[in-house]
Amino acid sequence: MTDDLNDLKAMMDAATPRPDLARRAENIALAQKNFADLQGSAQAARPTAVTGPKGLWTGVKTMLSTITTKGGLTATTALVACGFLIMTPQGQDLLRPPSSPQITVTEFNRAIVPPEAVSGSATVAAPREDTFASQPQDIATAPAVDLTPNLNTADRSRVTAKSLPQVTADADILQQQAAEIAEGMTQGQAMAATTMQTSRVAPTLNDEQAMPRLAPERVVVAPPPQADDAMVSPAPSTESFANIAASPLKITAEEPVSTFSIDVDTASYALVRSSLSRGELPPREAVRIEEMINYFPYDYPTPDAGEAPFRPTVTTFQTPWNANTQLVHIALQGRSPEMTARPPLNLVFLIDTSGSMDDPAKLPLLKQSFRLMLDQLRPQDQVAIVEYAGSAGQVLAPTNASERTTILQALQSLGAGGATNGQGGLEQAYAVADTMAEAGEVSRIILATDGDFNVGIDNPDALKDFIADRRETGTYLSVLGFGRGNLDDATMQALAQNGNGTAAYIDTLSEAQKVLVDQLSGALFPIAGDVKVQVEFNPAQIAEYRLIGYETRGLRREEFNNDAVDAGELGAGHAVTAIYEVTPVGSPAQLSDPLRYAPSTVAETSDELGFLKLRYKAPGEDVSQLLKTPITGNGAPGTEANFAAAIAGFGQLLRGDDHLGDWGYADAITLAAANRGEDTFGYRTEAVQLMRLAESLSRAE
Amino acid sequence: MRMMTSDEDLADAAAAGDGAAFASLLDRHYDRLFAFCFRLTGSRTEAEDLTQDICAALPAKLASYGRRAKVTTWLYRVAVNAAHDRRRKRATYAKATTGWGDWEVNRTAAMADTTDKLDWLTAAMNALSDDLRDTLALVLDDMTHAQAAEVLQVPEGTVSWRISEAKKALRAMKEQEDIV
Repeated sequence: MTDDLNDLKAMMDAATPRPDLARRAENIALAQKNFADLQGSAQAARPTAVTGPKGLWTGVKTMLSTITTKGGLTATTALVACGFLIMTPQGQDLLRPPSSPQITVTEFNRAIVPPEAVSGSATVAAPREDTFASQPQDIATAPAVDLTPNLNTADRSRVTAKSLPQVTADADILQQQAAEIAEGMTQGQAMAATTMQTSRVAPTLNDEQAMPRLAPERVVVAPPPQADDAMVSPAPSTESFANIAASPLKITAEEPVSTFSIDVDTASYALVRSSLSRGELPPREAVRIEEMINYFPYDYPTPDAGEAPFRPTVTTFQTPWNANTQLVHIALQGRSPEMTARPPLNLVFLIDTSGSMDDPAKLPLLKQSFRLMLDQLRPQDQVAIVEYAGSAGQVLAPTNASERTTILQALQSLGAGGATNGQGGLEQAYAVADTMAEAGEVSRIILATDGDFNVGIDNPDALKDFIADRRETGTYLSVLGFGRGNLDDATMQALAQNGNGTAAYIDTLSEAQKVLVDQLSGALFPIAGDVKVQVEFNPAQIAEYRLIGYETRGLRREEFNNDAVDAGELGAGHAVTAIYEVTPVGSPAQLSDPLRYAPSTVAETSDELGFLKLRYKAPGEDVSQLLKTPITGNGAPGTEANFAAAIAGFGQLLRGDDHLGDWGYADAITLAAANRGEDTFGYRTEAVQLMRLAESLSRAE
Repeated sequence: MRMMTSDEDLADAAAAGDGAAFASLLDRHYDRLFAFCFRLTGSRTEAEDLTQDICAALPAKLASYGRRAKVTTWLYRVAVNAAHDRRRKRATYAKATTGWGDWEVNRTAAMADTTDKLDWLTAAMNALSDDLRDTLALVLDDMTHAQAAEVLQVPEGTVSWRISEAKKALRAMKEQEDIV
C-alpha cells in the first residue's frame, strides 16, 4: 500500500484537519499587527490598483488589522464563537465542534470527487463557514443535522449526473440548504437562490489556484455588493498591453487590398517567455504574433549590391494547420552594412530610476545590459546618461565611449527612488541629444523603464504626439522594457513606433545580449524608413485571406502612397516576416458563401495569386520608393518559412484563435523542432522549449 | 480584461507597504499553509502553533521575497524553515498545551474513524528523518519534484532520492506492522 504515494496522499488528505477558525482569525490578526508595526508609521494602507476598490471584506480586514489590542482579539474571537453556537441545533451538545455540520458535507464530497480535488475542499469549506456565521438567522431555522440526509442523496445524484467540478458541487450544497430553508420553493426559485449563494461564495472560490478562470465568470452571473472584494476587483492587473482582436478574415471580392506597416519589435516574445517561465500562460493581449515571428533571425536571401536596401522574398505553401488553405510568406531581408564604416553614434541613455525599478530584474539588470553594450561601441561614439524619477537629471554629460571608467561609474551611481516623470526625462534627453548631434552622425535615445509613466503625461496619445514631433529632428527613440508587474506595454509600443525605434523587452541577461550586442547594429542603424506593405489579392484565385498578426500595425489603403504617414523602420541586417493565410477559390475551407445577387464570376485575368507592393524611404529622405513583385502559386517551404509558420501557429494557440482546428502545441513543436536550422544562438531551441512549457500549462488549466 | 490579481503582484504590493494586499494574500493562502504545516508536524496543535509562528514572522520575511520565485514556493520555504526552527526550540522546552489546543485534541480524538489511520500516519511520518519528512510533505501537497527542490533549495535528484527513501522506510514499517 505504501509503495503507492497516491494512497498515502489520499490518506493524508483525509487526515488533514481544517484550520481552527478562531486560531485562523487570531493568527491573521497577529500577522497584520506585525505587518502594520513593521511599516514604522500608523499611516493607513494606501489603496493601490493592485488591491482595487474596497469592499465589505476589505473593511473587515482593515478592522481586524487596526483592532489589535487584547480586548479586540477577545471580542472577535467571541463573536466568531457565538456565530457557531447559533448555527448548531438547539440542545445539541455544546462542546461539539462548531463546524461539524460542514464536516458531514465535506466527507460526502470526498466520497464523490476525484482525489486531486479533495485538498481544495478544505480550503473552500472554512471560508464558507464565514458566510454562514454572518447570516445566522437563515441557518438557525433549519437544523443542519436534519438536512444532511437530503443533501447526501440529492447532491450525489446531481453531481454524478452532471459531473460538475468541486466548486460547483459546493455551491449546489448551498443551494440545497437555501432551498430547504424556504420550503415549498419551486425549482426556479431555488435556482435564483443558487445564483445568490454562488455569488457570495465567489470571493473564496477565487482562492482556488486550480481554477482561477472559473471564478470571474461566477461573479458575472449576479454581482452582489458583497462580492465587491479586493480579490475579485474587476481590473486588478497593473500591466497594460497594446493589442486588439485578431485580424479578421477578409473576403477578396469585397476587400482585395491589405495594407500594413512592418514591425521589428520583439517585446511580445520576451513577455511571452517571461510569463511561461513563471509558470503561467501569457495574457492573450500580450501576444502579438508578428513580434514573436520577427524575434528570430532568419536566413533569407540578402539584397545584391546596388539594389534596394532590403530584398523581398515571397513563398506560397500549404498551411500546416489546414490542408485546404495556403500560407503566403513574405520575407524582407535588410542589408548588413559594413560595421567598420558606420557613422559615429550618439547615444543618450534615458533611465527610469523610480522606486519601482528597485528590483533585481530591473535596475541591476539594466546596468549589466548597458555594460555589455558599452563594449560594442567605438571610441568616437558618444554616450550621455539622463535619469528620471520625480525630476529629471543629467547623470553623465556627453562622454566619448573610450572613457569607459567614467561611464561605468555614472551607471553604477544610479539608484532607484521616487515617482516617475516620463515626459520630463524625455524632454531633457532630447535636449541632450540635440547638443550632441553633428552632421553625418546617428543620434538615438534609449529609454529604459519598467513602463511606469505615472507623473506628467500618462496618456499614450499625448506622449506619442510629443515624440512624433521630435523624431523630425532626426533623433530616434528606442524603448527597452524591464521587469514585470506594472509594465505598460501600450505606452512602450506607442513611444517606439512614433520615435522610429524598436521596443524590446529585456527579461534576462541573455536577452540583453541578443538585443544590445548581437543585433545592436540593426537596433541602432536604420537602413530604410517608413516601410509599408500592400498586398492586392486576385479574386479569381483567392476567395478569402487573413493576415496573421500585425493587428496594431494596420494602415488604410490610401495611406500606402501617402508619404506623410509614419510606418516601421527596418534596421541593418533585420529580417521582417509577414504571413497571410489564403483560401483558394473553390477550396472546401472557404468560410463565407458566395453572394446570390452579386456577379458570380470574376474574369480569369491572371493566374497570379496577388501582387505585392512595398514602399520605403532611404534614411533621411522624405520621398518614398516603390518595390513590386507578383505573388505566384505553389512553392515548397524552406526551413526558414516553416519555422516562421510554426511560430505563427504557436502565437495563435496562445491567443486562442479559432482558425487552427485540431492543430495543437504538439504539431507546433514538431514543425518548429524540425526547422531549427543552424540556430547559432539557440533562440529557436528555446522557442521549442517554450512551446513545450505552454503545452503543459495549457493542459494544467 | 478581467483577471485575478496574481499572488506575485499582491506580494509585491504588500512588500511595498500595502496592508490590504498583505491581508488578501494571507487570507488566500492561510488554509493551504495550515494544511502544509500539518503535514510537516503531524499534529493539529503543533500545526496551529507553527502557522502562528509563520504568521508572526511573515511581515518581516516579506522583504526577502523579491519576486524571484512563485509566492507559494517562497511561502513553503518560509514554512519549512520555521518548522526547522521549531524543532530546534522544542528540544529546549516542554510544550504546554492549553486552551484551544486541548479542545482540539479532544475533538480530534473524537473522530474515531480517521484516528487510527492518522495515528499510524503520524507515527510513520515522525519516524522519518526531518529531511525526508519535509520532502514528503511537499510532494504530498501536489508539488512536483522540481518544485519541491526549489522550495528546499536542493537539486531535484536529491528530492527524488529522498522520496524513494521515504517510500522504502514507510513500506518497511508497514510490513513490520503487518507481521506483528
